[in-house]
Amino acid sequence: MNQSAVDPIDMGNWNRGRVGMICLIFGESMFFSIFVVAYLFYVGKSGHGPQPSEVLSFPYIATACLLSSSITAGLAVRAIARSHRWLAVLALGITIGLGATFIAFTAIEWYGLIVDHGLTIRTNLFGTTFYSLVGFHAAHVIVGLCMLSLIFGLLVAGAVHSEHAERVEMVTWYWHFVDAVWIVVFSVVYIIGI
Amino acid sequence: MASSEGLSVSTFEKDAEKTWLDHMHEWVSTVDHKKLGLLYIFSGLFFFILGGIEASAMRAQLAVPANDLVEPAEFNRLFTMHGTTMVFLVGMPIVTGFGNYLIPLMIGARDMAFPRLNAWGFWMFLFGGIVLYMSYFASMGLYGAGTAPDVGWFAYSPLTGRAFSRGNATDYWILGILLSGFGSMSGAINMLTTTLTMRCPGMTMRRIPLFVWMMLVVSFLMLLALPVLTAAQVMLLFDRYLGAHFFDTQAGGDAVLWQHFFWFFGHPEVYILIIPGFAYASEIIPVFSRKVIFGYVTMVAASICIGLVAVGVWAHHMFTVGMGRGLDIWFAVITMVVGIPTGIKLFNWIATMYGGKIRFKVPMLFAIAFIGQFLIAGLTGIMLSGAPFTWQLSDSYFVVAHFHYVLIGGLLFTVFGACYFWFPKMLGWMMSERIGRWHFVLFFIGFHLTFTTMHIQGLLGMPRRIYTYEPDRGWAIWNAITSAGVVLQGLGVAFFLLAIFLAFRQKKPAGPDPWDAWTLEWSTSSPPPEYNFLSLPEVRSRRPLWDLKHPEDPDWEHE
Repeated sequence: MNQSAVDPIDMGNWNRGRVGMICLIFGESMFFSIFVVAYLFYVGKSGHGPQPSEVLSFPYIATACLLSSSITAGLAVRAIARSHRWLAVLALGITIGLGATFIAFTAIEWYGLIVDHGLTIRTNLFGTTFYSLVGFHAAHVIVGLCMLSLIFGLLVAGAVHSEHAERVEMVTWYWHFVDAVWIVVFSVVYIIGI
Repeated sequence: MASSEGLSVSTFEKDAEKTWLDHMHEWVSTVDHKKLGLLYIFSGLFFFILGGIEASAMRAQLAVPANDLVEPAEFNRLFTMHGTTMVFLVGMPIVTGFGNYLIPLMIGARDMAFPRLNAWGFWMFLFGGIVLYMSYFASMGLYGAGTAPDVGWFAYSPLTGRAFSRGNATDYWILGILLSGFGSMSGAINMLTTTLTMRCPGMTMRRIPLFVWMMLVVSFLMLLALPVLTAAQVMLLFDRYLGAHFFDTQAGGDAVLWQHFFWFFGHPEVYILIIPGFAYASEIIPVFSRKVIFGYVTMVAASICIGLVAVGVWAHHMFTVGMGRGLDIWFAVITMVVGIPTGIKLFNWIATMYGGKIRFKVPMLFAIAFIGQFLIAGLTGIMLSGAPFTWQLSDSYFVVAHFHYVLIGGLLFTVFGACYFWFPKMLGWMMSERIGRWHFVLFFIGFHLTFTTMHIQGLLGMPRRIYTYEPDRGWAIWNAITSAGVVLQGLGVAFFLLAIFLAFRQKKPAGPDPWDAWTLEWSTSSPPPEYNFLSLPEVRSRRPLWDLKHPEDPDWEHE
């Protein structure tokens, strides 16, 4: 085919970290899509108990928090890559704060649903599919928060330098993915489902 | 090649001064892809023996009509554990094991992309398997409601609900498979990433061995299918423990949804298990035909095609559920489409053999048997893809015969072939050719006695999963033949174990390249050193070792 000597393999930016993270995200998407399918399949099929339109309200602020946290996470990676340590601390701190706010809103929402409306996972199909889908998303947000907090701690301690930007970026890819899942969950649960 | 011959000391011999504990520690804490590959393969073979014993017990029960060797409830446990074991604890680890061992060697890498994740995946799989088998001991003491899971390997709802599966045998099924599923997913991420990013200079995607290409498709399918099963199993756990209603028909849940979820995993799973069989055959057949594989590019395209079509055929397992005409037609047609890329592969293997100087060594014998048996498996598959045909024969022994033709006639034969082909590389010692032939002949005859006749029982209307049958049904003679075949298969497997034992005992050195093969794994010593390669030959074609051995007529002039 060609007479030239051995061709070096050039994957560009596609190192193993990136490819591995994309694979993980692909697998996670399959996991979530099954819960989304189950939610859509059972929309409107709950014979009794609270219905989505009666008890759910748009989580405007929580959504705004989570979506904007992707931007600050991206800023944090750029700051780390350019060795602006305190800018990175600020951006990552805001990211964690926004993510925590999102979780707080979820907690308030769930408290209201469980205590005021008596909706639990065993009440009806809506409860079953709602808590599992939103719950798995929230669990992923919490995992993301743990990883970001770890980086935050290391950053404050001065252990994260510009050569680690790539690894931090991989964590933010996960964070962006959790964000993207929220867009789907939001559309399915709060727009289509109501 | 010559440079590495000095290194061909077996890793099992060179550290004789190490204590038994040192060896254990080395194997338990290893992150080396070769050790993990062997651990995968040999744990798979261990579970294969267990699953085989379960199958033999069932066949002993069914050998004569109105038998009472095995109780009905025990029979349910046997077929559940047999199916679950063979799919999740035999097929998956052996497939992952060969992939783990061979992918880095074939693409000239030192290890997998994520060695520690690799070790994690193996131990998740092994403990998943142990959890499943713990049910025999643990789940009885708590509720007195049965021991091992008895819901069938696809665990249909609502049978798996709290009301019908009391006790916690079903939970052992869920948790064991959930754990081993995490292992397989991490293995898939690892194999995909390794193939895409760790190739040595010159090893472009158009030059990687077909084995690697096919394992790439398999890894993609694993990553696509296993999270679906995980999600469905989590839903089932929620149903059983939190009182959720996913598959609870009384609260409006839908039992058929489980079937959709399960088979959306289950059918890609079939391809996850059979494409590695194609992969082994695609490496063995050219080497023993002394020819380049026919139609490398079409083989790759056909594999990718099978991988994509696999996603759209799941409900052909559900024709009898009553999905309606439109869906029945869709799934029947898409299923038939699978026959096209698969047919291309069969023709390519035959064309590879055509005009070649075929050497009938044991791996090649298994590969040739595979071609014929897989053809029949594919043809009965096309028969079953017609929905009305399935209405007649669903849940009969015809279906059992069909998928055993795929998984034994297709996968297991090539796995045996792959063992005889690559064990010399992995262990450093040759396997006995004579014992291997005995293994082949006994297993071949036993396989056909068992599973070829099984088609007839199915056509005569014998349903699967029944624990016994009346003498006047006309099934007795066929069942007797089927069960007799199991004895020969068991003997064949005994010869296989004997061959492995003798390889360890006789220590007949294999040398780096016993088969005069062409892919990179044969360029290093047997077994390969921990760093895999001292020096890599230049990769300028699909057969770098051929180029090295035949500088007067290298492949890259023709490709």
